[in-house]
Amino acid sequence: MSSEQHPPDASEEEEYEQSGESFPRMQEEKRKVQTKLENGEGIGWDGQTLRGQFEDLEEKTEKTGHYAGFEKLSLKDENPIEYEQMFAQLRGELVNARETSKEVAATPIVEQEGELCYGLFTPEGDSIAISTGIIVHIHTMSEAIKYMINHDYEESPGIEPGDIFVNNDTHVGNVHPCDIATLIPIFHEGELIAWAGGVNHVIDTGAVGPGSMNVSQASRFGDGAYYTARKIGEELEIYNSWKNDFPDKTRTPDFLKLDERTRMTGCLMIRNAVNDLIDDYGIEKFKQLSREAIEDGRRGFRSRIQKTMLPGTYRGASFVDALYEGQKNLSRAYASENHLMHAPSELHVREDGSFQVSFEGANKWGWHPYNCTPAAIQGGIWVMLTQTVIPNKLVNDGAYYSCDFHLPEGSWANTQNTETAHAYAWHFLVSAWAPLWQHLSRGYFSRGFREEINAGNANTSNWLQGGGIDQFDKLHAVNSFEAACEGTGARYVDDGEPHAAAIWNPEGDMGDAEVWEMTEPLPFLGRNVKPNTGGAGRRTGGAGFESMRTIKDVSRWLLYEMGNGYMSSDSGLFGGYPAASGYILNAQDTDLKERFENGEDYPQSDLDPESGDFESKIEGEITRRPEGISTPKEFDDYDMYLNYLRGGSGLGDPLEREPEKVVEDIHDGYVLPRHAKDAYAVVVNKVDDEAKHNSAVQGEWELDEEATEELREERMEEREERAQPVSEWYEDERLRIRDDEDLIEDVKKTYESSMRMSKQFTEFYCDFWELPDDFRFSLSEDAEKSLENRFKTGMKKKWKNPTKSHETWLGVGRDDEPEVPYTWTSERSIQDLSGPDASFETASKEPATDDD
Amino acid sequence: MPESYPREHIEDLVDDNLEWSELHNMMSDFKDADRFQQVRDVLQERVDWDDPIVIPYADHLYVVAKSEDRWVIKCDCGHEFCEHDENWKHDALINVRDTEEEYLEIYPEDMHPHPDYMELREYFCPGCQTLLEVTNVMPGYPIIHEFEPDIETFYEDWIGEPIPTPETQSA
Repeated sequence: MSSEQHPPDASEEEEYEQSGESFPRMQEEKRKVQTKLENGEGIGWDGQTLRGQFEDLEEKTEKTGHYAGFEKLSLKDENPIEYEQMFAQLRGELVNARETSKEVAATPIVEQEGELCYGLFTPEGDSIAISTGIIVHIHTMSEAIKYMINHDYEESPGIEPGDIFVNNDTHVGNVHPCDIATLIPIFHEGELIAWAGGVNHVIDTGAVGPGSMNVSQASRFGDGAYYTARKIGEELEIYNSWKNDFPDKTRTPDFLKLDERTRMTGCLMIRNAVNDLIDDYGIEKFKQLSREAIEDGRRGFRSRIQKTMLPGTYRGASFVDALYEGQKNLSRAYASENHLMHAPSELHVREDGSFQVSFEGANKWGWHPYNCTPAAIQGGIWVMLTQTVIPNKLVNDGAYYSCDFHLPEGSWANTQNTETAHAYAWHFLVSAWAPLWQHLSRGYFSRGFREEINAGNANTSNWLQGGGIDQFDKLHAVNSFEAACEGTGARYVDDGEPHAAAIWNPEGDMGDAEVWEMTEPLPFLGRNVKPNTGGAGRRTGGAGFESMRTIKDVSRWLLYEMGNGYMSSDSGLFGGYPAASGYILNAQDTDLKERFENGEDYPQSDLDPESGDFESKIEGEITRRPEGISTPKEFDDYDMYLNYLRGGSGLGDPLEREPEKVVEDIHDGYVLPRHAKDAYAVVVNKVDDEAKHNSAVQGEWELDEEATEELREERMEEREERAQPVSEWYEDERLRIRDDEDLIEDVKKTYESSMRMSKQFTEFYCDFWELPDDFRFSLSEDAEKSLENRFKTGMKKKWKNPTKSHETWLGVGRDDEPEVPYTWTSERSIQDLSGPDASFETASKEPATDDD
Repeated sequence: MPESYPREHIEDLVDDNLEWSELHNMMSDFKDADRFQQVRDVLQERVDWDDPIVIPYADHLYVVAKSEDRWVIKCDCGHEFCEHDENWKHDALINVRDTEEEYLEIYPEDMHPHPDYMELREYFCPGCQTLLEVTNVMPGYPIIHEFEPDIETFYEDWIGEPIPTPETQSA
């Protein structure tokens, strides 16, 4: 390397500083890039354009079956210690960037829950190494970088040293708009050698309602501000146009400004770490490492699968409800309908250990904010895999290159329509993940890895959200991130962890109540373990918890709920039961103030909804409903709101649970005493009203061993009497479906939506129930209008130049797919979808209620 | 690096006798290359019948070899369901919880699915009445066939061993 090409050393840095020039290394790189551009060269390696380099990489990967054509890992094989040192150094610096920069943030979301992550990416956008944190966003940032490359950002607006980009567009590379990504390119000797990227969850993006994930909008236009891979600064300075515009788009500008500084801090720390690594080892070794680490990750994934799973086909289905019929404050009248998510999940573990994940049969997207994009689904599945299949430091896009995803276009999982709303994509995609845990667990079981088996994850809800004028008389929004802490699914070898984690944040934490109270005008009246939230089983799902909140010193204050209510999206495993579903409880126009003043009792919990305890301690207008979602509603001082977080699913036959453990469950507050008998056939007797354990309301209980033994014997006999052969049940059920009886409109509409989307699902459904080929459910005029409206909206795609890897969004698997007995065949299924007709052709004539 | 846990350790895993710290170590430490064979051997000792276990299929269920080329799904009580590539649930007993009253046996009020939107299907072994699987689906949903293992690829390509047969088992 000539001295002219070498980055500035210490003495040169001093010269630049004396000249008053900031960021001397960046300035030097910028001059080199400009020289190359003037000479007609690109910013890729060896003068290639970035687009050309990306296409070359894809071709080499496809041709050789190895990432970037790296059939040999020469650095790792020839100098394994150095390889490990370099990778560990990068990984450590990424974690350091996260741990340091999160202290810059002001929201408990980032500072307490750690809703922040960083990645280091190749020039083409593939992740090399990642930090800890909410790593679901690593692959979404990959997609955003690839979007910039494929849409010729190198030409306009240009990609140069010191540039700063942001993205929160779900159709480009994001889960939902409240996750904002900052991306900065890293250059060396005029070549783009890497990207540093960071994402955090912000508290408000200016949606039609307050909070980061508003639920009352029907389309993208109510989701809040979208920034589509936008350049917001250069020479490491943010444009004035961005500084003066971005904060005004939200209700919490100060939080967002600090969040942005958080991400910039981390990205610059990563950039410096990469520069240091290159100084220590040389650029060629860095380039070699960046390619080899991904190929290493790709091989490691397959090797792990072959070592721990079984090849074959795994299937499941999950569902979740989003009931909007009759909800107030909807942004469009035509959005007043009920939605059910149908997620058929099929995992094919190929003989080479790679994965094919298919959602064939998923129903159509809807006018609700729970739609997803491929980036969201892939990011979501990817974070799940990192917590079980690849629980090590070598987590990068190597895993992505071992997985094909089939996400039917037009479905809720891949809308390919930029009109769709995505503010709380998690509601559908976290629910859709549920069977994937079980696919893996079934494989682990067959291989004998019992310590790895997990029945599933908890549905991520409720999300307490809202906003208005807060206790400081400022416009404010809230988003309680207690939902980062749920019960986990039961393990084969132990119960699930109670109130411990959330699938999307491997470092889940409910946060200190006192810290939340500093930023939210919602004092805690109580925070308790919630009984019966974990699914019953030989091993029980981990329990969720609840927080009873009141409201103080606010005006114009709105709150809402979001979660599953009429359906449970998490199945049990091997005879275990699903976790509990949710409900809504709040009270308004209460006498809480008087109770405080008089020193009277007041509700601090709702541990047993049937007990009447809550209602006995408060006067006011009480709302108790079995649904999980509500749209923003006005609240005032001393009103009350229950924030109820779900539990995990159970595993194994509950009658195989050790009776003594059920008694412990009662004392720990995980199970209500009456359910010991009903769910577990365990007889307990109350021996003391005074509790000696954690369960403050349930007293002291004792096991009646003899009665339990008798009851369990009786229960086994009852099973034989109560159950019937499946063949008999099938005949009755088949006639019920053939004659289109009993099923409610929402269910029939969901089946019809899947059938109109998927020939395979239609064939599967009709074959299973022996229905005529032309069978269709009869729908009401409103349901027909709803489906027609969604189908007619057609496609409005964001990507004009899809990458090769995006082809797996459309097709099912690869050409050499081995013959396996799929439930849904490998023939492409989507019915012809219409072109981009006007969206609101069949909309109601009722006026819109806001500016969505 | 060790590649195998002692036989006694695997027996304790199968018999549910390991302490949490030992289980946690197994999660964090190496994955033993011979786990399948060790667990299979221990399970074979624990069942009361002689059919060779081909794979553990689910809790209480196994794929066993009835001949060189016929494998069936069998419960540890001895009840045989069906061929290995068929859905064992079609041969099970079923109880469907689709009323509020039935849901309230398991969940408190308001904390269970709505019967019009979701039903719980409980599948029992006709031989021993053990609850083998619970699925939560929309009413009218087909019975899901959760797992079709590719046994040939597993034995031949992944672990490089012959598939057990009654002959090799008794040899």
